Amino acid sequence: MTQKANITADLYVTCIIDQLYPEVGVSVVNVLRRLGVIIGFPKDQTCCGQPVYNTGFNKEARTLAKRALEQFKNSEYVVVPSGSCAATLRIFYLELFAEEPELLEQAKTLAAKTYEFSEFLVDVLKVEDASVCGATYQGAAVYHPSCHLMRELGVKTQPRKLLNSVPGLEEKELEGAKICCGFGGTFSVKFPHISEGMVGDKIANVQASGAETLVSCDMSCLMNMGGALNRQGSNIKIRHLAQILDAESK
Amino acid sequence: MPEIKTQEFSSASAAAISDPKLRRALDRVASGFEVARLARVADATPEVWDTWRQEARDIKAHTIEHLDYYLDLLYTNIIAAGGHLHFAKDADQANEIVAHIARTRNVKIATKSKSMVSEELGLNPVLEAMGVEVWETDLGEYIIQLAEETPSHLVAPALHKSKEDVAELFTEKLGIPYDEDIYHMAATAREVLRDKFMEADLGISGANFVVAETGTLVIITNEGNGRLCTSAPRIHIGITGMEKVIPSMQDLSIFLRILPQSATGQRITSYVSMTTGPRRSDDEDGPEEFHLILVDNGRSKMLADPTLREALYCIRCGACLNICPIYARIGGHAYGWVYPGPIGAVVSSMLVGLKQASELPQASSLCGACREVCPININIPRMLLNLRKKTAESPDPDVRSAPASERLFARAYARLMSSPGLLRMAARLGRILQKAEHLMPFFSPLTKDGKWIRSAPLPPLSKWNKARDLPTLPKQTFHELWEKGLSRDDS
Repeated sequence: MTQKANITADLYVTCIIDQLYPEVGVSVVNVLRRLGVIIGFPKDQTCCGQPVYNTGFNKEARTLAKRALEQFKNSEYVVVPSGSCAATLRIFYLELFAEEPELLEQAKTLAAKTYEFSEFLVDVLKVEDASVCGATYQGAAVYHPSCHLMRELGVKTQPRKLLNSVPGLEEKELEGAKICCGFGGTFSVKFPHISEGMVGDKIANVQASGAETLVSCDMSCLMNMGGALNRQGSNIKIRHLAQILDAESK
Repeated sequence: MPEIKTQEFSSASAAAISDPKLRRALDRVASGFEVARLARVADATPEVWDTWRQEARDIKAHTIEHLDYYLDLLYTNIIAAGGHLHFAKDADQANEIVAHIARTRNVKIATKSKSMVSEELGLNPVLEAMGVEVWETDLGEYIIQLAEETPSHLVAPALHKSKEDVAELFTEKLGIPYDEDIYHMAATAREVLRDKFMEADLGISGANFVVAETGTLVIITNEGNGRLCTSAPRIHIGITGMEKVIPSMQDLSIFLRILPQSATGQRITSYVSMTTGPRRSDDEDGPEEFHLILVDNGRSKMLADPTLREALYCIRCGACLNICPIYARIGGHAYGWVYPGPIGAVVSSMLVGLKQASELPQASSLCGACREVCPININIPRMLLNLRKKTAESPDPDVRSAPASERLFARAYARLMSSPGLLRMAARLGRILQKAEHLMPFFSPLTKDGKWIRSAPLPPLSKWNKARDLPTLPKQTFHELWEKGLSRDDS
């Protein structure tokens, strides 16, 4: 892909990026603009409702889902820099509104135009090589495939394709890559003893890989793994894929 | 039914995690099964494997949708073969049917091949109370019977025991010298059990499948003990859940492949034993009486619930246990009832009731690995979510067990996130508090560089902070950055 895309997409930045990792949102914007996307940002957006949906509070989840349906109803594309939030918009909303035909129609419309970030780059913008985003990187990285991205959305090859084409980036093998990092939303605080064991194994494998940077497409998983790495005094950095692709701005 | 300890999940799982011996056993066996399973998927090719899964799922879905029809057909064919079919609505009724047969036929010794449903019923103590000697003859089941424990895995009941554990157990219970050679131990068990097969009046088996068009009970085993239980004693009772019926022998074929390949990674088990009715006049051996007991015991509730019906498609291969990162840490006993692991969290919740098992559906990160390996493509994470929904929103106060604090949190969260203005204020307030933390003279929850929260005083953050740091709030939210200039596209 060398020509500019010239399409319009709205960013669903996700609440975790909005509140804790705004720099990731900036990188997403930079990368998409570099590829010629005209970006909109419906400014009343907040949380997609996943935390309450995941704990079974569907009434509350519906309240938040209706807001998202409303804010993105006019979007051409919706780009979400998170596998689990994209899965919420694309899959879980259909289940939330299964018995409300009018809202279900709206949810289907939203689902059809919603893409996770790496998926949007590869499947919609047809990016074959990350260097067109201006990406460069010096060093070794490992990729953690987040569970919802991989198993709910089936996005497996796209992030790797982008990562592997970043000039200078050496991708290391991550043992047990497909095993959950142990975050699981409220699971991590309801059963901290189990969750800690899971993240402990995960970061042990990250450390053993010899990488300096841990890359993923979900800041929630990265917050979990990054928090455990920092606690153990590790210098391994956590980065959203968008930050790697946005090296030019650094 | 056996004792229900599902309500102790938190403490039981914590105890299990700190048991290094258990972890070693789980690592060795469960992950070994998964490696072997993957090899079989590779043999078949993932594409062919997926068509097998779909075929198996279609058969199960069709049968469960028309269960009344196939149960009728099964009844007709079992009677035609000279056997008896019993329906038991609950554990007590099923146990009473077995007890009645044992009592009226003067049964002294019963041998059993592996049956999870008989574990679910708590059958052994009922028979023992009547003075019947009960012998588990599957090696794993024999070990845990000697140890007076319950199975910790669907297909490998003694998975939690090391060979040293078993050698000690044999020394203690059988009075033989300590010998941890696996072949010697198997030979010992074989010697003890061989006599019992010959002495037994009653053989009790489970059923992996029951074929409606022929009235045939199918069990697949690796030890041959199942065959002896179903053919040597004068009476054979098969016990299984009513969901185990499949329409035809043709349909059986796919399951004979997909079950062992998913369970242990074997292409096929050493034995496939089929029993149709009692011995016929020209048969050389076989039981004089054949009974099949189909157990409901809560399964109708699952059948009636469209969001949980899929759980009845399960063929108990255990693949979801072997891949589950949570089962891998806590093993089977922590789940507190007969069925452990991801599918067990669904089945146990339904069979013992969510009131007592409310923690089980929560004990999952919803990673979806279980669904990925399930040979029937059962959407276990979705069922766990549905069970969570029941604990949060069910009109039945017994089922609606989510704590008040969670309810309050959900409501407050939805309120906050429904109001961008409120969220903006909350973020500002958070930053002010974060800046003011150094004014607290004795205690700071932050790391020295101020980049991380390390020791939050209150849950849920304090729970997170036990082993993980949490990033502090940035100077600006993305919303603020967007409004302050990011919205302008200068490129």
